[in-house]
Amino acid sequence: MCRLFALTSKDPVSPMEAIKALDVMKEGHDGSGVGILLRDLGGPFEEMKDAPILSGIFTEEGIRKLDFFMMEQGFMTKYKMSIKVPKIKIEGVPKRGLYLLRAYEYPESWDNLDQKELTTRLMMTRLKIREMGEEKEDMIVFSFWPDTIIIKELGDPLEIGRYLGLDRKDLKARTIMVQGRQNTNYAINLYACHPFFIKGYSTMTNGENTAFIPIRDFLSSRGFPGYTGYQSDSEVFTHILHYTMSGLGLELDAYKHVMTPLQDKDLDSHPDAVFLTHLKKSCRQLIIDGPNCVIGTLPDNTMFMAQDRKKLRPGVVGGRAGMFAFSSEICGLDAVIPDRDKSRDFQPMHLDTVIVGPDRQEIKICRQTEPLNLPL
Amino acid sequence: MSSNRTIKPSSLSLSDLLWQIDWKKDRCTLCGQCTAVCPVQAIELAVFRKRNIAAINPSNLLNSSNRFNSSNFDETIESSEFAKKTFAEKAAASERSLSQFETYYGIKQKTTIEEACIGCAMCSMVCPNDAIEPHRNQETDRYRFHINQDGEPRKRGGRRNSTGSLLDRIKFIRISMLTDPALDAGRHEFELRTLLGRILPPKENMARLRNNGWIPPVREIYPLIIGGMSFGALSPTMWEGLQMGITYLNEQLGMPVRMSTGEGGCPPRLLRSRFLKYVILQIASGYFGWDEIIHAIPYMKEDPCAIEIKYGQGAKPGDGGLLMWHKVNKLIAAIRGVPQGVSLPSPPTHQTQYSIEESVAKMIISMSMAWGFRVPVYPKISASSTSLAVLNNLTRNDYASGLVIDGEDGGTGAAYSVSMDHMGHPIASCIRDNYLNLVRLGKQNELPIFAGGGIGKNGNLAANAAALIMLGASGVQIGKYVMQAAAGCIGTETDRCNMCNTGVCPKGITSQDPRLYRRLDPEDVAQRIVDLFVSFDIELKKIVAPLGRSTSLPIGMSDALGIDDYQVAQRLNIKYVV
Repeated sequence: MCRLFALTSKDPVSPMEAIKALDVMKEGHDGSGVGILLRDLGGPFEEMKDAPILSGIFTEEGIRKLDFFMMEQGFMTKYKMSIKVPKIKIEGVPKRGLYLLRAYEYPESWDNLDQKELTTRLMMTRLKIREMGEEKEDMIVFSFWPDTIIIKELGDPLEIGRYLGLDRKDLKARTIMVQGRQNTNYAINLYACHPFFIKGYSTMTNGENTAFIPIRDFLSSRGFPGYTGYQSDSEVFTHILHYTMSGLGLELDAYKHVMTPLQDKDLDSHPDAVFLTHLKKSCRQLIIDGPNCVIGTLPDNTMFMAQDRKKLRPGVVGGRAGMFAFSSEICGLDAVIPDRDKSRDFQPMHLDTVIVGPDRQEIKICRQTEPLNLPL
Repeated sequence: MSSNRTIKPSSLSLSDLLWQIDWKKDRCTLCGQCTAVCPVQAIELAVFRKRNIAAINPSNLLNSSNRFNSSNFDETIESSEFAKKTFAEKAAASERSLSQFETYYGIKQKTTIEEACIGCAMCSMVCPNDAIEPHRNQETDRYRFHINQDGEPRKRGGRRNSTGSLLDRIKFIRISMLTDPALDAGRHEFELRTLLGRILPPKENMARLRNNGWIPPVREIYPLIIGGMSFGALSPTMWEGLQMGITYLNEQLGMPVRMSTGEGGCPPRLLRSRFLKYVILQIASGYFGWDEIIHAIPYMKEDPCAIEIKYGQGAKPGDGGLLMWHKVNKLIAAIRGVPQGVSLPSPPTHQTQYSIEESVAKMIISMSMAWGFRVPVYPKISASSTSLAVLNNLTRNDYASGLVIDGEDGGTGAAYSVSMDHMGHPIASCIRDNYLNLVRLGKQNELPIFAGGGIGKNGNLAANAAALIMLGASGVQIGKYVMQAAAGCIGTETDRCNMCNTGVCPKGITSQDPRLYRRLDPEDVAQRIVDLFVSFDIELKKIVAPLGRSTSLPIGMSDALGIDDYQVAQRLNIKYVV
């Protein structure tokens, strides 16, 4: 079982804070990998919130291919953060090329594009780079999105954090998600590492997804090019989130209704019974069967945690105004925010979605039995 | 027949028959129950003459007489005198011949084609002394070459005579271990229902909800459906038992089980009752019973669950329904709106069809319209290499609510044997192809496919059903299994009984003769229906719980399936395991 930790803070903090929490929860993961998502960035990236940042790992050959491709598209490098790796290798971490974090200027031809077209082109560019790198495995791309950095590597999270020098002063973020990986069913592949990201939506998950195949089949037949990959059975949680909010235009409170719909008795007495009954039927193939704890972020940096219907995975949310953490275990929370009111820690159950908005002032609990925010 | 008489080509001996009666003289009390119960008069009471050749030993004869009379001394003396006299007579006779003749009564098996034993074993069932039972001929019988007297090929009921089942070989291999816990089948909450009806894509559904547009009717039902067995094919007691069992399951146990009427209409009282909601009304090419149904529409208290338009069935693909004249009595004739005592063959196809696709579309829309677009309407076809074409057609028809595909192992009440044994397509690959085609179109949640034909033919009902669901079926239909489990049908795929067509069903399941169907108590059938569904439910949970599934029916969860045949695994796109 993997361990998850996410932090949402008014002031930018170092990713090492979150990695520290993973280290405390080390009994729960085998250190076979780590994934880090940073959004609402501090440091130098603070000045270029709109510029898309490319995160990935490239060999020398890959970099050449990338530069050629990006120039051809009309992208200009605006800023790059170099991650210098020590010469002494650490055990278990493969030799890589360059860990790339590079912000770009949009091509001039994109100037007059509306937001929808712009974001679609960004996604298509990421997919193209991924495709180009697949044959020789010389280009691995995690995200290409404004104000977003993703780093993934195999090995122990704390060792990797130090190895990559993630404690540097210029790398800070207000929204951080990290996952300590427990390698289970699928071969180790960086694309299988959480968190997963699509168009501003990101999730990471704890546990296996037993309904993976029907969900994958449903998503990949939606005709949306971003619903691809699926090296991990958990990637579908991100795509279900995107489908719910961006595809269907629903709010976050509908996410659980799509993945873990209410059962008949609760459904019948729900104020939005008709809508939810139809949603349950039409999204039947997106029902997850757990056991999963999902932590995610939205494009506006809202952070949430949701459990599956069985609630078989641990998950706790706590903190204080200005800083909240979402953690697999309470010890992770203690390690990062010890000075909180512990009596207000909340462990969401099978009907709950815990939400901390972008203002980071309070925890909101949304129960599935409550009325929905419907765009009707 | 004596040895010097002419024999006819179809004169058969006992060894030529498929079933041979083993009768034990020493146990038989000649009560006559077996001959009375035999549905085909294969056995009769007969007089046998037996020749005993005696090797006479004088002292033995004397001794036996003494033993017989040893209880009384005086009588022994008298008897001894009598014995000596008898001995003297017999000794004199033995000089002429050692043969003695005796006659005895016993059970004789007939060898005519029409009276050949069908192996139903009702004789064993009624015999108080276990003196009689049929045995299957280990040789290839000769009988099969002659069941076409007067040029009329064999017709029968039952299934394809083949015991093999691919579904039985599919294993569930993705067991939750360690990283995700297996669930407790006995205590966990399960939602294992399925949807019958056209489900709109989520966005479209929301838009129509917002604009008060028409949203196709969808029924949430139990994934095990009782497939079409008509009132007429089944006896009144069997039908009543099924209906009572289904009502109990729905109203007492909360299991939304549904049953198709088959092509034979529906009893008028049921049409006008609230129980109609548990019934799927089938219309087929003979339109039998539909006059009654149409006229009952204004009086219906509830809508039926759905309308099934039968275009084909797995047992006799490309052939129409058949109710033979034996079974068309007054009641059946009245419900179907036909004269008594005539065979009722339905045409192979709907006679109104001009352009098939167009007329399917029209028929679906006419049926939808008849119930104000509140009732799902879907076709049932036999599995075929052309099923995909039907499916593609339906995906473009907004009013089509699903598709039932009936495989080659489906059962029937009456069909030509050649159709049953040789026509048709296996169900597994047909369902898989159709499901994967829907996945390619992105319509796997929109048009549910139901599978039928041979599910549970060897008794593994839940495993077969779960395998088909994971291959992509939204549910399964069963017919023969229901007759076997709920009413004690003794028909098998080794050609036992299979006499559903002539109305002589010894269990009273497929008979319209009150002397036969009163053997079947509807209350008992209802009880067995409940047993069947409740035990199926437990077994289905015992399959899905270890796979970690409980909150939805695992339709298309093909990663759970494996088989020990590489070619099959490739074909079905499941794992090859050895």
